[in-house]
Amino acid sequence: MQLQNDKIFAPTQQRLISFFDTLAGLFIFSIRFFKEIFLPPYEVVEIRKHMIELGMKTLPIVGVTGFIIGLVMTMQLQPVLQRFGAEAFLPGSIGITIVRELGPVITALIFAGRVSSGIGAELGSMRVTEQIDAMEVSGVNPFRLLVVTRVFATTFILPILTVYVIFISLIGSYIAVVLVQNMTWEYFIGRIIFSVEFADAVPGILKTFVFGFIIGIVGAYLGFNAKNGTEGVGRASTTSVVISSLLILIFDMVLVKLTLWLWPNVR
Amino acid sequence: MLDSVVRINDLHKSFDDLVVLDGVSLNVEVGQNMVVFGRSGTGKSVLLKCLMRLMLPDSGEIFIQNINVLNLDGKELNELRKDIGFLFQGSALYDSMTVRENLEFPLIRNFNLEQDEMNKRVHRVLEAVDLTEAIDKMPSELSGGMRKRIGLARSIITEPKLMLYDEPTTGLDPITSKEISTLIVDLQNAFKMTSIIVTHDVLCAKIIADCAIVLDDGHIVHEGTIEELLTAEDPFLKNFFSDEVIKNNGRN
Repeated sequence: MQLQNDKIFAPTQQRLISFFDTLAGLFIFSIRFFKEIFLPPYEVVEIRKHMIELGMKTLPIVGVTGFIIGLVMTMQLQPVLQRFGAEAFLPGSIGITIVRELGPVITALIFAGRVSSGIGAELGSMRVTEQIDAMEVSGVNPFRLLVVTRVFATTFILPILTVYVIFISLIGSYIAVVLVQNMTWEYFIGRIIFSVEFADAVPGILKTFVFGFIIGIVGAYLGFNAKNGTEGVGRASTTSVVISSLLILIFDMVLVKLTLWLWPNVR
Repeated sequence: MLDSVVRINDLHKSFDDLVVLDGVSLNVEVGQNMVVFGRSGTGKSVLLKCLMRLMLPDSGEIFIQNINVLNLDGKELNELRKDIGFLFQGSALYDSMTVRENLEFPLIRNFNLEQDEMNKRVHRVLEAVDLTEAIDKMPSELSGGMRKRIGLARSIITEPKLMLYDEPTTGLDPITSKEISTLIVDLQNAFKMTSIIVTHDVLCAKIIADCAIVLDDGHIVHEGTIEELLTAEDPFLKNFFSDEVIKNNGRN
């Protein structure tokens, strides 16, 4: 019985220890990031290059996802509101849901899948092929050149992508609306602008800075510390998606609570 | 007596319970080319990485050009590293950069050179390794031997006073391996460098080295010229070099 329990619980225990170990390492890595970010040389060209590269790479996939989410959500919500005779509230409720929650979170999750794994794999491969060591022996600080630039880029490109996704989702939603009822674009957008308040939009966008940071730092941490050859690179890539997605959801929960505390009028 | 370029005193390094270096001390003098032999896992590469402070030893002292490497802060360490070249086992070329960008990288980052001067240096080292035609190629387009040559070119482009080679001929065929070894000697003569070479390749060592040490169980167990080591009556050395000698005789 004891042996059977050990077989069941030992791997779980091991995984939990490893998970918390990763979180602790991630915390220390983040502190190093905030120390190094203020020190020269400032890699502006590298940051700009990564922002363009990461933004362009993710633009099509988040656009398509945003469009479908807006479309499907409207198709689902419309009959429900119709049942209660509340069809007039459709644009407002769609707008609030997308701006406050779905836009930022869906964009962050897609971005995590595409970018965090990419950063993990790229830096992991540089680590196991000694390219990071080669930088260090060339007198270059690899943390500043590889980590700071990428994390900075993900932190600032995600809010821009989120605004784009919100806009595309609303187009998707409008198309779903006009398929079943007669509504002008001006009326649709007017209702959204009337319903979505400053306190809905700002926290929604602000939290994507945190999500962007999480995505960059998790991928960079796991890649920068990859071990055991190509197997380690694969692990860095997949684990970075899992951990960053999980942290995005956890931080979303915390930030929603924080938003409601800071802006109690938000309903 | 010649000045020491590298002086190591009582160096210890362990990974958990595994003792890799256990009180290693050595001197490498100006212009000397020292080969480090040893079985796999005896800490040869760890020794090189400790020298470059890519790894921190548990205890001991490392002096390069009479500077205690372990006492340097980040900025001072980077200054010192400009005087040291390192050829990695797998060449460690930056995948996302062309050969030219790989070669320019240490210059752009560390030296305030005009583009003309950089071009001159790039062409000079490419001529030295006989690969001028590869200047705009990506590392993925190069063969193993070519990558080693470009790695070598990148490590000498800053004109270092000390070169560290981590298994420079591993994974290469005997002919390319001999070419790389000869190239290393030529470059050392041209650039007047001191070298430490970690290798298993006796032929390479014969071509390059003035002296050699053998590491075993974390200690230096033998020290001398290559010929002395190859002809020694010591059972460990006989056993260590027997296969290598046979292989190299075959090659010759």
